[in-house]
Parts: sequence; C-alpha cells; structure tokens
Amino acid sequence: MATISPTTAEIIRQSGVVPGAEYLLEVEGVRKAFPGVLALDDVSFRLKRGHVHALMGENGAGKSTLMKIIAGVYTPDAGSFRLKGQEIKLTSPLDALKYGIAMIHQELNLMNFMTVAENIWIRREPLNSFGLVRHDEMRRRTQALFKQLDIPLDPEAEIRDLSVANRQMVEIAKAVSYDSDVLIMDEPTSALTEREVEHLFKIIRTLKSQGKGIVYITHKMNELFEIADEVSVFRDGRFVGEHAAADVTRDDIIRLMVGREITQMFPKETVPIGDVVLSVRELGLEGRFRGVSFDLRKGEILGFAGLVGSGRSNVAETLFGVTPATSGAILINGKEIAIKNPGMAMDAGMAFLTEDRKESGLFLLLDIMANMQMALLRHGHSTVGFVKEREIEALCLQQKARLRVRTPDLEEPVINLSGGNQQKVLIARWLMIKPRILILDEPTRGIDVGAKAEIHKLIAELAGQGVAVLMISSELPEVLGMSDRILVMHEGRMTGIVDRKDATQVRIMELASQ
Amino acid sequence: MATEISSTSPPAAADTPAAGRRRLPPELSILGVMIGMMLLFEVLGWIFVGQSFIANPLRLKIMILQESEIGIIAVGVTMTIIMAGIDLSSGSVVGMTAMIAASLAQAADAPHAIYPSLLGLSPIFPVAAGLLCGLLVGIINGWLIAYTKIPPFIATLGMMVSARGVADWYTNGQPIGNLTDSFAAIGAGWWPVFIFLGVAFIFHIALRYTRYGKFTYAIGANPLAARVSGIDVERHTVVVYMFAGLLSGLSGIVHTARAISGQAGVGMGFELDAIAAAVIGGTSLSGGVGRMTGTVIGAVILGILTSGFTFLNVDAHYQEIIKGGVIIAAVVADQYRQRRRKSV
Repeated sequence: MATISPTTAEIIRQSGVVPGAEYLLEVEGVRKAFPGVLALDDVSFRLKRGHVHALMGENGAGKSTLMKIIAGVYTPDAGSFRLKGQEIKLTSPLDALKYGIAMIHQELNLMNFMTVAENIWIRREPLNSFGLVRHDEMRRRTQALFKQLDIPLDPEAEIRDLSVANRQMVEIAKAVSYDSDVLIMDEPTSALTEREVEHLFKIIRTLKSQGKGIVYITHKMNELFEIADEVSVFRDGRFVGEHAAADVTRDDIIRLMVGREITQMFPKETVPIGDVVLSVRELGLEGRFRGVSFDLRKGEILGFAGLVGSGRSNVAETLFGVTPATSGAILINGKEIAIKNPGMAMDAGMAFLTEDRKESGLFLLLDIMANMQMALLRHGHSTVGFVKEREIEALCLQQKARLRVRTPDLEEPVINLSGGNQQKVLIARWLMIKPRILILDEPTRGIDVGAKAEIHKLIAELAGQGVAVLMISSELPEVLGMSDRILVMHEGRMTGIVDRKDATQVRIMELASQ
Repeated sequence: MATEISSTSPPAAADTPAAGRRRLPPELSILGVMIGMMLLFEVLGWIFVGQSFIANPLRLKIMILQESEIGIIAVGVTMTIIMAGIDLSSGSVVGMTAMIAASLAQAADAPHAIYPSLLGLSPIFPVAAGLLCGLLVGIINGWLIAYTKIPPFIATLGMMVSARGVADWYTNGQPIGNLTDSFAAIGAGWWPVFIFLGVAFIFHIALRYTRYGKFTYAIGANPLAARVSGIDVERHTVVVYMFAGLLSGLSGIVHTARAISGQAGVGMGFELDAIAAAVIGGTSLSGGVGRMTGTVIGAVILGILTSGFTFLNVDAHYQEIIKGGVIIAAVVADQYRQRRRKSV
C-alpha cells in the first residue's frame, strides 16, 4: 500500500471526509533499539475511534517509547503504521501533527515567558495583511477553545504564573487545537489533585464523544477503570496483551505487568518506636505555612497528607534549610538548631528526597556515580580534597545492588535511565550518608508498580533500622498503608495528626479540605 | 567517536547488561581534528610554498608560545563555563596585571621609573602583585555572581570594562619599559609553555579527582540539586571565579615577561580566544560538560590555524574570517553530538 504524505493527510482531514476505518491507528511489528537496550520488540497496538486506550506497564516497559515513536519524536528501526487504514510514515513531530496525532508529554513543553494564547497558537498565529500577529483574534480563538473544553483560564496569563495543573490544561487545549484525531497523554495526572483529575476526565469524555481516540499512559489503577475502554499491557519492551477494561481486574493487570504476583502492597512492619529525634515547634515560613508542630520518633514513619499546594513540601524544604524558617523552632535530639542551609540539615543527620526529580534532584548530564556520590562528598571520603574514588565506587555499587538499579554500569548518564531507576539513584544518594531522619517528598511519584513496591519495602526496612521517616505523598493509600501517624495540612496550616488505627481515607480528606 | 561505537553495538546487549561497555574519551574526535588540520597544512605547504609545515621546530615553538597565554586563561574560563558561567574579564585583567607587574619589575637603571624607590626588585614582588590583582578581580566577579545573582555574562562584562579602565588609568596609558632580566626570564624560552601545561595539568587533576571538580560539574549541571545535596553553591562560585581571575593574572605576568614591557592595551580579545579554545575543546556553554584536555587541544587548534595561515601567507583578515568559521563549526559539532546523546 502506498504511503500518504503528511500534507495530503492534512488536506483530507480538513476536507471533513471521514474514511470508514474502524481503527484510527494501527501499529504493527515495531522495533526500536537504543545502545545496550532493546526498548521495543515486535510491538503492536490498535486504537479505536472514540475510545480511550490505556497503556500500562512498569517504567522502562516501552510505553513512552512507543508513544514517542507514534508522535514522531523517535524513528523506529522497524514496523508499519496505518492511520485510518492508510499506510503512513512518521519522520518528525510536525509530520505527526499534520497526520492528526498530538502528544501531551510528561515533561510539559510550554514557553514560560509567553502567554497561554501564544503558546497554544505558536507557529499558527492569525496574521493581518501586514503579516503581524492579530492578538485579538488569537484571544478569541483561545476563549472559544477553552469554552469548548470548559477550562477557566485567562488566555493572556503567562505560563510561568500558572500551576502545574493549569499548564497541563493548556497542553491539552493546545493538542486539541490541532484538531487531532489521536491524542496521546503521558501520565497526565501525575501532578494533579483529585478535583483537577475529575476535570481532566470530563474533558477526555468530551473528546471521546467527538470521536477522537485517546491513548492514556498511566500508573494509576483506579484511573484505568474509571476512564479507559481498552487496556494494553507492556512488559520489558514487549506487548503482553490487550483487554477490554471491563473484563479485567486490578490483580490481572498487575500480574500481566510484573509477570509475578505482588502479594503485599504496603509492607509496613511493626517496629519499636524510640525516642523523639526531631521536634518541630510552631514552625512557619512567611507567606507559605505557619504553626506546624510535631514530634518524630526513631523508627516512626510520619505521613504528610494534604492537597497539592497545602504547604507540605514547603515544610519539608524549611526543615532541610532550602528555605530557612521565619518563625518557630526545630529541635534535633532535644537541641534547638537554626537550620539555615541544606548542609546544616545534613550535618544534623537529615536527608531530603525532593519532589521534583528533574528540577531539584538529578544532575541529568552527569553519570550515575556522580549523581549518587554528591551528598556523600560533604562527609569525608576525601584526603585534602582528593576524592577516594575506589571507596566511593564500592559504596555506589553496593547501593546499586541493594536498590536494584537497572543499568549496565555506573558511567551511564542518568538522563538515559527510566523514571523509576532515576528515583532509585536519588534514594541511593541519600542512603549513602546514612541519615537518622529521612524526609521523602512523593517518593513514588511516576514510578511503576514493581519499583513502587520495592521502595515501600525499603522505607519499612529503614524504619525498622531506627531511621525516623517523614513521608509526603499525594496518594492516600500509600500514606495510609505506610505511616504510623499522619499529619494533615490545609492551606498552609496543620489541621490534625491522625493515628494509624484511626486513619481512614474519609477522615484524612475531611482534614485536608476543612 | 565514542558515540558511534556504542550505537552500533548489537541489540543482544539488552539481555546481558553489557558490563564494562567501552567508552572512549570524547577528546579523541577533537584530537583527530587537530591532527587532520596539521596534515592539511602540511599538504598545502608542499603545494603552495614548497616546504614542510610540521618539520619546522621553530615554527611549532612560536605557535605554542603564542597560544600559551590564551591557554592559561582558557584553563580558568573552562571551569567557569563548566559551572554554566563565563568570564569575559580575562583579557582586561591581562592588561591590568601587565601594568601592575611591570611597574614593580623595572630595572635599577630605568629612565622612566614609575616607583623610583622600588627599582630592581626581586621578580617575586611583581609576580605576587600580579597574581594578587587577578585573584581580587576573580573574587569580586565571583561575589557579584554568587550573592547579587546577576548573570555571569553581565558581571564579568562590567569587570572587563572596569579592569581595562584601571590598566589605562595606572600610567595614563604610558607603556612601562626597562624590566629586569630576572623578571623577563619568566617569559623566555619554553617557560610560558611549561606554565600553561603545568596549570592545565593541575586543574585537570582538580576537575577529575577532587571535590572541587565534582562540585563544579554538579553546579553546572543543576545548581538547585547541588544546593539540596549540601553543596555551598555561593562559596564554590566565588572559588571558581577566583581561580579564573588568578589564571588571568598569571597570563598577564607571562605576557609582560615575554614582551619585556607593560602596555595597557594588551590582552584585548584574549577572553574570546580563551572561550573559543574551551568550546572547540568540547566544553558546553550550557554547563556540566567539559574537560581540560579538550581545552588544551582547543588552544593548540587555534594556534595551528594562526600559524598555518601565516605560513601559507594568507592575509590576516582572511585568517580572522576563517577562524570565526572554525569556532562556529566547533559549536555546531558539539550541538550535534549533544542531540545524538539526548536521542539515546
């Protein structure tokens, strides 16, 4: 069959002729190898008109790679692609857009210093007869688009002033504005609150009813059953199976994904709780939060719950000296310490896994070993400034084995690792300094089920060894399953601390939204 | 090239997580360019001027001597660039230290003495004064960048203008001559080359094997993550710019000793040649990437270009035009390499 060009496809789409194929998109026999890794091996995938098709699989299973190939970001080594029955060939993201395939990336690709409208219509700005941009027309079109999708945003707002959730909405609106038939969403809800997720689902249902096909990559089981019509599961670069969402259970999917049973989701152990190691009194940061008080004991896991933006992460950053407190006191082992920078916090025995891996965690261009050792370097392992490479390499290898980081060697740039493995590298960085107080901000965000279970097990183990853990998480089952006590925040205030035995989803949500 | 070898490795490697996959140092490609360029001039030499380019020790010596001063600066600039910064003030610092060092290095019989009571001093004094002056400028640069958070480009641009002003003001633009023989000895023979390779070696070791080096790469790669990892980003920034200033001062001393006079206008444009050497050598302007060996090769490539074109009697204007093209080509090649790495 002859391939049709992107331009032809665009003309056909604009003419409004609807070819009568059942499948919007059919992909067969896709193969893609990266140096050292076969990312996709003979993978097939089909997307029906007006359906939401979920892709599940552990990190590194090949979901994102396949979608990036379909969106024209990567070029496949082999494979055939049919769009509404027509053979197509993708060579660039622009081609994909012309074919009517739009991808909403996990990393948002918006220009921070430009307005919402400018971002959406970039490269397609309405022009007047002098070739200048017609801003009024652009605003009108944006408003129409937002009305259609029920997005309450100002087209003139600058992207940098928007929350992550709102940026996500802009990305979606942009994808819709291309009048695409196929929309690919890569973990769109990873940074959204429950209410925002509902809004997103409403938008997805609207798009569905317009006959668009949506590919939905996610790690969250409950979303799968709420929104998806079909689900395809991937494991280790292979396609494992396609099912109607109604025909499968949560356990089926997990089994398909990991190829084994995961019996215990939250391996919380009952460990002896020791003395108070961290005591926080009326802690506050001007304009962010105030009046936060709690005690954290040896061996205890204290969960931090609350909506995104309630100040949970700010408390963690203040404890670790990233943004020093403006009021209140921090006592470590009974001694008050004014923590002014992360170095002081580390000297006091603290470690802090930040919320945003890429922004404040990883040195993306550096290799795994450089990433792992960076916090340790503060604590010796050097003679007159010269780093003891062998000693540190041995420690890194030890952590790599303990956390099961999947990589050929320590010289691999960390940018080439999957999200789960990147997170493990960061956890290794902090475990290497042997902290007594471990602050974890969203330790399992954007991580597959297998790696998640491993990290939960690790947290429980650390608590068993006497580490005091403070764990922030937006996933209620995780907080409920792992914590001894749960501190709940709402709009910069602490609304309560709930004991494990009294904690229920309802109770936490009440406190989080009171 | 390293990337080529890894990308053609068989996909079977996925099953056995290729233990100890060979990684070739990235400098090899730039070293290849350097050798290729020398061979090109060799061939052109035989065709157009009927003599050998390489088999002429004197020419090679002059070539390397010329580039040593740039090279010394490039060592410091490389470190600022790895830290995602830049140092534009180095050329002016050369002029400034040239004047200060020369004023303290005048011989006892100098007719136009700047400080009549300080003639015939041991070379230790002018050298120390020059180094100190570079160090101070570096600290000011670093302090401005670290604590006022202004972009390195602006901070060092301002310093570039001011330091040149100091150089002019020092003697109202009058050159300083009649320097002592012992001071001039610093610039004699192979000394500038030894100094260049010496500081390059020291900072190569520092970048690869010390905490100083690891922190420099970390800050360049992600300053926020560096801060959260407990690194004192501000203090380290000051230290790196201090070294850059110190090395500019050293370059100024070497230049003055070679010229046996101090002139306020010297060193103009050195900062750009030094940046070019670093970039040709593979240091990425976006930070986190770069090696001292690459910078040394980059400096030598610039030297080969100048001396090769002079050897072929190419007009000086054409030389500049082509040199600019080579710098751009180096950055284009670097971008290309980076894109390939990212698409992996």
